[in-house]
Amino acid sequence: MKIRVKFFAILRERAGTSEAMKEVAAGSTVADLWRQLQSEYPGLDVPGIRLLYAVNQNYVGLDYKLNDKDEVVFVPPVSGG
Amino acid sequence: MFRVVNRPIDVNELVRYVADPEAGAIATFIGTTRNNNEGRKVTALEYEAYPEMAEKELARIGADAAKKWQISRMAIVHRLGPVQIGEASVIIAVSSAHREAAFAASRFAIEEIKKTVPIWKKEVFEGGEVWIGTQTGQPLGMK
Repeated sequence: MKIRVKFFAILRERAGTSEAMKEVAAGSTVADLWRQLQSEYPGLDVPGIRLLYAVNQNYVGLDYKLNDKDEVVFVPPVSGG
Repeated sequence: MFRVVNRPIDVNELVRYVADPEAGAIATFIGTTRNNNEGRKVTALEYEAYPEMAEKELARIGADAAKKWQISRMAIVHRLGPVQIGEASVIIAVSSAHREAAFAASRFAIEEIKKTVPIWKKEVFEGGEVWIGTQTGQPLGMK
């Protein structure tokens, strides 16, 4: 399955890119994708960071099963306002 | 109107948008950028968003507010990119038949924005820069 990953804020800086296309195995979850990304971009491992997870612009849990062409964002602590 | 924009926000534009002949009140909230935070002297601020989702979440906040209070119309506009100290980073406008609903809904909206809307603020201060975030209770990515 092809997954579009977008990085924002501190994770964009740590990954060194704002977007990446990733190939993941069928049945992969958000957690699986995050582990795969962390091995590819070691900078994503920010100590103490608490993330939210969004698939196709909706918040989901770590165990959410991905589908082909999903857009995934790992949301660092928000600070709008 | 639920938007993120890369330009200064005009409060009058939002007030005109929510104006309603049946409303007896319009409440506005303007969030402005401060020149200090936790003892640091802040020299510049920059906002970044996941724009499609940020606008969707802002609209969700508007829908939730409409379920809780008798409001007529609501507008929320958040600014992105560099924002000078003292300028508006976010403006909320709400109209309602009676003032209580407009006050309550605008308060609710700003509190919700800080919890769930994918917008991030980078603070540049004397001696460094930091992404601000509340999910760990302390600044992240201190350089």
